[in-house]
Amino acid sequence: MRGLLPHYFLFSLIQAGRLPVNIAMNLDIPLEAKPCHKAVRVPSRKHAPSARSVRITKSLLTQKTNQPPSHGEMARLLKSVASDRSVEAFEALFRFYAPRVRSFMAMKTGDRQVAEELMQETMVSVWNKAAQFDPERGNVSAWIFTIARNIRIDFYRRRRPAFDPHDPAFVGDDTPSAEMEFEQVQDAALLRQAMATLPPDQLDVLKRAFFDDVSHSTIATELGLPLGTVKSRIRLAFEKLRSALEGRR
Amino acid sequence: MNIQHHLSDDLLLDYAAGNLSEGWSLVVATHMALCPSCRKRLSAMEGAAGALLDKVEPVEMPADAWDRMKRRLEGIRIEEVKAPRPAAPAGSGMVFPEPLRSYVGADLANVKWQALGLGAYQVRIPTADPSTQVRLLRIPAGKPVPEHTHVGRELTLVLSGSFHDGDDLFGRGDIEEADDNLLHTPKALPGEDCICLAVTEAPLRFSSWIVRLIQPILKI
Ligand SMILES: [Zn+2]
Repeated sequence: MRGLLPHYFLFSLIQAGRLPVNIAMNLDIPLEAKPCHKAVRVPSRKHAPSARSVRITKSLLTQKTNQPPSHGEMARLLKSVASDRSVEAFEALFRFYAPRVRSFMAMKTGDRQVAEELMQETMVSVWNKAAQFDPERGNVSAWIFTIARNIRIDFYRRRRPAFDPHDPAFVGDDTPSAEMEFEQVQDAALLRQAMATLPPDQLDVLKRAFFDDVSHSTIATELGLPLGTVKSRIRLAFEKLRSALEGRR
Repeated sequence: MNIQHHLSDDLLLDYAAGNLSEGWSLVVATHMALCPSCRKRLSAMEGAAGALLDKVEPVEMPADAWDRMKRRLEGIRIEEVKAPRPAAPAGSGMVFPEPLRSYVGADLANVKWQALGLGAYQVRIPTADPSTQVRLLRIPAGKPVPEHTHVGRELTLVLSGSFHDGDDLFGRGDIEEADDNLLHTPKALPGEDCICLAVTEAPLRFSSWIVRLIQPILKI
């Protein structure tokens, strides 16, 4: 809640045209963050952020959104949305993820209006659920994917039962959580690198599964391949990703 | 717990992508409630999906997309959003983890079993998924799994006790994935009844009686 009023107030000023946008963009958003992740855009050396604050800069908000974000940076933005309800931090997330979530939704629905609405639902959910993001369970992109996936499932009125980590019968992991969190941050970068080295036929199967919303048996039919071939492509792809992650240890 | 038999990558991928129907998802999610190792694999798959999402060609957004989003946020009442709760202490003594327990409506102690004959029992678990049939089975200690006719894929998750199938031993948390090609004869270990969650493709009435008819001939 801390910091909500000033930001909201500044935003009203921007809306009312009384404050130049670039001033608001250079607000210091206090965050418990590690210092200076390499992809944090710092506009000027003279104003380098202190170890305990990250500047949500104009350059981050308006930069070419094709540049993959640093996962540490995205996690900090999301944390700021959760703890401060920071609209500026949310805008940075929106500018990067909204067009991608909209593409994702359009792949299945093929309808611009529906894709737009499902994208908006997804991003509202990101805003509302920001405090539930658990860096131990994955990075921000993975988390936003799961929200988009669940909204798409709801839209098609399907059900997807899920486990509940708070259930007394749930069997937890022994790995200490600080270690898990560290692993997850590393995993994000390693996964991205490993994905880039997958053979096209394996990557194609993963894309179809995640984006076209079809089961692996449907993919086999679509590609005119035996089911076993598709299964082995899936297995090979994940073996490769897993060994990339294990190489870290 | 020492789980030896896990989910296959293709099953887990269908679940991670949201392409698995309710009946199969129930057994997959129940296995994962017991299996940290498959949950890690699920996270890795969702991580892969996130990496693909980062690389999706972004569409041209309507110029007013952010303004509309911002107006929408202003209309949202600021709620105290709950941070993740700490995990409950283990050792509850419950046998069915979620999501299964809610589907059954009770834990093992309060299940209303229907007799199948020869000491075996079952409970059908209702879902909204017409493509699968989901049930709990109670196999008497030392006896084979009864009425074992299925077409297509079958998933069996052990919740209590254990069974062996040939040389493979399945205990609590282990999942067996079988299809038409696999001739299998699961048999409960002596000493304790084996409680399993079993999901099969919903039998088409037509093929079902044909299967029953030819079954003795094929010695399935
Ligand atoms: Zn497992």
